[in-house]
Amino acid sequence: MALKAGVRVFRLNGLRPAVRLLSTHTRPEVQNAQNSKVAEFPGARAPYISELKFVSETSYDPIPIYRVLDHNGEVIDSKEEPAIEKDTLVNMYKTMVQLSQMDKILYESQRQGRISFYMTNYGEEGIHVGSAAALSPSDLVFAQYREVGVLLYRGMTVTEIVNQCYGNCEDPGKGRQMPVHYGSKQHNFVTLSSPLATQMPQAVGAAYALKRVPNNDRCVICYFGDGAASEGDAHAAFNFAATLDCPIILMCRNNGYAISTPTREQYRGDGVASRGPALGILTARVDGTDPLAVYNAIRAARDHALRHNRPALIEAMSYRVGHHSTSDDSTAYRSLEEIQKWNNDENPIQKFKMYLERKGYWDAGSDEALQKEARDLVVKTMQQAEKKQLPPWKEMFEDVYHDMPPRIQKQVKELEDHLAVYGEHYALDTFKPE
Amino acid sequence: MALKSPVVFGVLSRLSRRSFSSSKALFSKPVTVRDALNQAIEEEMERDERVFVMGEEVAQYDGAYKVTRGLWKKYGDKRVIDTPITEMGFAGIAVGAAFAGLRPICEFMTFNFSMQAIDHIINSAAKTFYMSAGAVPVPIVFRGPNGAASGVAAQHSQCFGAWFAHCPGLKVVMPYSSEDAKGLLKAAIRDPDPVVCLENEMLYGVPFPMSDEAQSNEFVLPFGKAKVEREGKHITVVCAGRATDTALIAANELAGKGIECEVINLRSLRPLDFDTIARSVAKTHHIVTVEQGWPSCGIGAEICARLMESSTFFELDAPVWRVTGADVPMPYATTLEALALPRPPDVLAAVTGVLGARIDQASAQ
Repeated sequence: MALKAGVRVFRLNGLRPAVRLLSTHTRPEVQNAQNSKVAEFPGARAPYISELKFVSETSYDPIPIYRVLDHNGEVIDSKEEPAIEKDTLVNMYKTMVQLSQMDKILYESQRQGRISFYMTNYGEEGIHVGSAAALSPSDLVFAQYREVGVLLYRGMTVTEIVNQCYGNCEDPGKGRQMPVHYGSKQHNFVTLSSPLATQMPQAVGAAYALKRVPNNDRCVICYFGDGAASEGDAHAAFNFAATLDCPIILMCRNNGYAISTPTREQYRGDGVASRGPALGILTARVDGTDPLAVYNAIRAARDHALRHNRPALIEAMSYRVGHHSTSDDSTAYRSLEEIQKWNNDENPIQKFKMYLERKGYWDAGSDEALQKEARDLVVKTMQQAEKKQLPPWKEMFEDVYHDMPPRIQKQVKELEDHLAVYGEHYALDTFKPE
Repeated sequence: MALKSPVVFGVLSRLSRRSFSSSKALFSKPVTVRDALNQAIEEEMERDERVFVMGEEVAQYDGAYKVTRGLWKKYGDKRVIDTPITEMGFAGIAVGAAFAGLRPICEFMTFNFSMQAIDHIINSAAKTFYMSAGAVPVPIVFRGPNGAASGVAAQHSQCFGAWFAHCPGLKVVMPYSSEDAKGLLKAAIRDPDPVVCLENEMLYGVPFPMSDEAQSNEFVLPFGKAKVEREGKHITVVCAGRATDTALIAANELAGKGIECEVINLRSLRPLDFDTIARSVAKTHHIVTVEQGWPSCGIGAEICARLMESSTFFELDAPVWRVTGADVPMPYATTLEALALPRPPDVLAAVTGVLGARIDQASAQ
C-alpha cells in the first residue's frame, strides 16, 4: 500500500477559490481487498496490512506553493485575482514602501549608536500587508518580532514606532522594552515577548477566549518563523489549536533562516506546512513574496476559522533579505549573490508595484514622490524622537503589581527625598516631569 | 546558620511524622484541605463566569489528586479543560487566555512539572503587566501540590516556594490548613495579578476544623498577613505550608518542657508579613525558621536577611537558626527521604540550641 497526497477540491458556497489551498488532505489508499479490514484502536482507525511499510517525507507529494502574481507582477490566472479596491491596493503598496524606508533609516541609526537594536523586514513586506489587509482590524495579533508592517497597516504611526525604538517619554511602552518590541491595545496587537515562540500557545489561549464570546466575529493571527516552529511551544500551540477547536490563523513566515540556521538544518520533511495535516489543521502554503497570494490565503483561512471555530496553518515562503538583527552579519553564513538574487528576482515591493502599474493605479512619478516622502517622514520623526525627554523617572516603579505594594511606595518616597536634597547632581532635566 | 541534624533524631521522628492533625476539630465540622480547595474553585467558578480550570486530568478524571472533583460534571468541557501532556503548552494557553480577559486556574499535576512551563510563569505571566506598560493584566492562578510527597524521589520531591517568591510580579501563597487553602485560593482567583498557590499533597487528605465564617462563599484571606497558629513567649517559630505541622508538633512537645513557642504560619511567601514576625520577636527575642525547601537563598534566608536589615536585629538575644530540607536532591530510600525533610526533632533541637542557657532554667522549674 502506498501513501499518496491527494488534493481534494472543496467548492463550498461563498468560499473563494483559494479555499482549495486549504484542503490538502493526505489519505491512505487501500490496495488489497483481503487486508482492508479497518482496525478501530482508540488512537487510530486505519486498515490492517500484512506487509510492514514505513512512510517518509518522500511518500507524499510536497505541499504546493500557491501564487497569484508571477515575478513580474503579472496575474497568472485571472480567476484568482482578488477583488480589492484601488485605494486599498495603493495603501498596501504605500505601507510596504514606508516600512522599507523606515527599516533603512532605523537600521542605520542603530549602526550609528543612536538606538541599541533593530530588526529589518526586507523581503517579507508582502506577508505583512497581504495578511493585514485580509484581516479585520479587530482580529487579535500575536506577533513574533518581524511584523511591524502589520502595525503600520493598522494605523500605528511612524512617530509611535520610532518613539518605541528610542524609548522616550512618548513611547507607549514607557521605555521598558528593547527596540522593536511593539505593542498596542488600540491596534489589537499584543506586546511582543522576547523568548521565542511563547506567543504561540498564548495566541491559541486568546483564540479560545474569543471563541467563548457570544456571536464572536474575531479571530487570532499568530505569526512565527521557521525557527520558532522548532520550539516545543509551537507543537503545543498546533496541538491545542486543533484539539480545543480555536479560531486562529497560524501564520508561519518561512524566510529560510533562523538567525544563521538555514531551514535545511532547521527541519527535515516538507517544511512547517506538513505538520498541519498531521495535527488535524487545515493547511496551505503560499508565496510570501506575493501580497495577493497571502491575501487570498488569509481571507480563506479567516473564513474557515470563524465559520467552524477551527485553526488554519499558512506557511508563507519568503527570503530574509536583511540580517537577522543588528546583532548579526549574515554574509558570514550566506553569499551576497544569494541575497541579491532573491532581492532582485522575488522582491515583493517591486512585484506589487508592477502589478499596480499594469492596472494603471500607479506610475513612476508617484513612486519617486512616495519614496522621498516616506524617507523624509522617518528622518524628521527620528530627529524629533532624539530630542524628546525620557519617561518620568517615577514610572520605573510602576506596573510590577496592579496596586503598588507599600515596599515599593517606600522606595519611591526614599528616592523623592534623596532627589529633594541631591537633585542638582543628577541630570533630572533629561526626564519628563510628571 | 542552617541546621540540619538528621541522624540524631531520625528514629524519634518516624513515630510522629504522619500525625498531621495538630488542630482539633472541636467547634466546627472538619473539612479536608482537598475539599476546601474544591469548594474554593467551585464557589469562584459560580461567582465569575470567566474563571475556568485547565490542566492534565482535571475534567472527567476529577484531577490527579481529586481537587477538581465534580467540577467537570457541573461545568462541562467549556470550563474544565483536560489538556495534552504539555505543561509549557497549557501554561502558555492559560496565560494567553488571561491576556484576553479570562481568569484561568492552571493546575500543575505537581509543581515539579511547572519547570517545563516556567518561562510562561516568569517571563510572561509575571512581567507582561509591566512590560505592556500596564495595558495587559494577567489575572491567573497557577496551583497544584508542591514539596515532597512520599517515595517519588528527587525529580518529584521539591519545594518551589523560594523559586517563585524570588520573582517580582508574582504573588505566592502556601496554605497549611483547610481555612488557609480556601481563603487563599479564593483570594488568588479574584486577584488582578498572577498568583502561585503552592499546596501539599500530604495535607490534601488531612481534616481541619473550619469555622462558619470560613464555610461562607465570601471567605477570602488577605495576602501578606501571617497567622499566629499558637501564641508563646519564649521563641518565635516561623513556617508555612506543611512545615507548620512540623513546627506545631515540636511546639506541643516543647510546651511539655516549659518552653512556649509562638508559631507563625506565613500563609503567603510574597508578599511576606515581616511585621508579624518583628512583633513576635520583640516579645520572644529568639527565632527559628522552618521550611521544606533547600537552605540556600530560601525563605528562612530571606527572613534572616530582613531581621539583619531592620531594627528587630536589636531585639535578638541569640542568632537565628534555620531548619530546612537537607541540601541534597531528595533520596529515594524511605529512611533517607524521611531524614531529608525537617522533622519535629529538628525543630526541637534548633529551638533548644537557640534558647541555649534558658533551657536549663525552664527544665529546672
